[in-house]
Amino acid sequence: MKAKELGRRRFLKEGAALAGLAVGEIRSASAQKLTPVETFETTKREIPPRFQPTARRLYGTPSPFETVKRQPKTPATIGWMTPLQDLTGVITPNGLHFEIGMPAVDIDPRQHRLLIHGLVDRPLVLTPEELKHLPSVTRIHFVECGGNGSPTGQAFMRNGGFMKNEGLTLIHTHGSTSCAEWTGVLLSTLLKEVGVRSGASWVTSESVDASKHARSIPMEKAMDDVMVAYGQNGEAIRPEQGYPMRLLVPGWDGNVNVKWLRQIRVADRPYETSGGKPETPGLKPDSKGRWWQYQLGPKSVITFPSIGQHLSSPGFYEIIGLAWSGGGAIRRVEVSTDGGRSWKDARLDEPVHRKAHTRFRFPWTWDGKETVIASRCTDERGDVQPSLEEFSKLWRVPLDYWLTAAGRTDYFNPINPWRITPEGRVRNALYPLPL
Amino acid sequence: MRCIHSHSNLLVPLMALVPLCGIAALAQGPTYNRGRTPSAEEIRVWNLILDPAGKELPPGSGTAQRGAAIYAQKCAACHGPDGAGGVGREGRDGPRLVGAKGTLQGLRGWRFATSLWDFINRAMPPMPPEMSMRQGGSLSADEVYAVTAFLLYRNGIIQEGDVLDAQSVPKVPMPNQDEGDRPHLREYPAAPLH
Repeated sequence: MKAKELGRRRFLKEGAALAGLAVGEIRSASAQKLTPVETFETTKREIPPRFQPTARRLYGTPSPFETVKRQPKTPATIGWMTPLQDLTGVITPNGLHFEIGMPAVDIDPRQHRLLIHGLVDRPLVLTPEELKHLPSVTRIHFVECGGNGSPTGQAFMRNGGFMKNEGLTLIHTHGSTSCAEWTGVLLSTLLKEVGVRSGASWVTSESVDASKHARSIPMEKAMDDVMVAYGQNGEAIRPEQGYPMRLLVPGWDGNVNVKWLRQIRVADRPYETSGGKPETPGLKPDSKGRWWQYQLGPKSVITFPSIGQHLSSPGFYEIIGLAWSGGGAIRRVEVSTDGGRSWKDARLDEPVHRKAHTRFRFPWTWDGKETVIASRCTDERGDVQPSLEEFSKLWRVPLDYWLTAAGRTDYFNPINPWRITPEGRVRNALYPLPL
Repeated sequence: MRCIHSHSNLLVPLMALVPLCGIAALAQGPTYNRGRTPSAEEIRVWNLILDPAGKELPPGSGTAQRGAAIYAQKCAACHGPDGAGGVGREGRDGPRLVGAKGTLQGLRGWRFATSLWDFINRAMPPMPPEMSMRQGGSLSADEVYAVTAFLLYRNGIIQEGDVLDAQSVPKVPMPNQDEGDRPHLREYPAAPLH
């Protein structure tokens, strides 16, 4: 009783102190009108009437006033993209994680089994329950579709592509990336358990899904940081993300992160059995590809203000954005608010995780004039996000290649500038387009 | 000083341990002993992934003529009547299978015809997972050979009358066969292409 009273007193004291602090901050931001008295009264009541629960949900859902939803990238896409412009922090809520490919299947974990075989000493069958008994790790990683931001695609071009700004948001230009806290067993743990034979150099994983999606990764990556994951942001992986278990290949093309994992086959070569896509992530007009590349380059984008948004008036805004790299941790993000003439360092939200979305922030006062804003990032290996011009040189194509129907590629990571019009509208400035 | 002293103390037990560790590494037994060992027959049925060298191709054969009829009946709804890709209706926008010359779209990025056989066999036409869990796709081996022949013919890779079977599929000369003969990783950023 005494302790309880003491606790309550401490709560009130701290509550009042916090209230004072909050008021100070709120006043400086002139956002709301709260008086210390109101705040104190709120903490003093045992259960304020307006907070009486009407219905307790067994599984909580967002406020009915929140209407954030995923959207397809194009009407023809089988897939739902993440509304990056509506997220805070670096974790993508499980219901908003992007999803491309075969529709989710509801797998009964009591029926599901994982087979590990091939060039191994002891082939193994594991139930999801048995997998969870093995030593596990929890890590924060992004998963990005290799085609995220790829300029066209034929179906998209038919609908106007990125030429058409109307109705486009960050969902369409960058939404095929999400970041979560994943829990699972390292693939290296499983491979040591089955005993990889000499000569084994590639690992092929296969899904249960209707297309039997399968991809191969080299042994050096398999033994590095790949995991067979069963947990996502503190709960079981969602069906859309591969329940009851999936492969997580940090920093590599989302396509190799095989969901609904049913089989791992160890071999002496890649089994080029990919679901409708060769082991050739890049496409080129001369029929040559960038073979055997899986790693996603450093990429960043300003999420506010971003395409489709509107600045209501000149004045102070915090520019915020996300940066990530398959090469490791983001070390630096620079922001330009003058069309790339000058760049200044943005502040990174700590801690910065390797191969994970990283939140950056940059203070900015908009003078109401037309301008172009952009971000570029550098990862721990010193790789810098390229401009579209630099990216095109790397791929040996002219700049306008990206505006043609054939002009798409995976691993598209150029700087994406946004144009702010005098009316405060935010338009895509990646290409030299009419406003 | 104290550090050196403890080191010398540890030295003798460490030396004794080294040979033991060596033996343990050689034995390489399982550490956790979870799960069970599948039988060879179980693995054979479970595994649907085909070796790209084609060593696991089953008996059977097919030609492009026969494949054309099967394609029209079982593939055209999603991939279009001429293989140019689906029309974007929900769940019916299968990718382009024919044409796209000069790009790696369609079949042109596939290095091995065995991959094409394997994918059709495992996954096409798609079935609900509870049905495809053991069976893979829904075509017979002969039908898979025929549809493979039809698509390779329509892409100008084989002749209309060519017979595909376990011996001939691995020998089909795919347009990008030479690419990546030495599978290796390209690190980001790779050197400019070609």
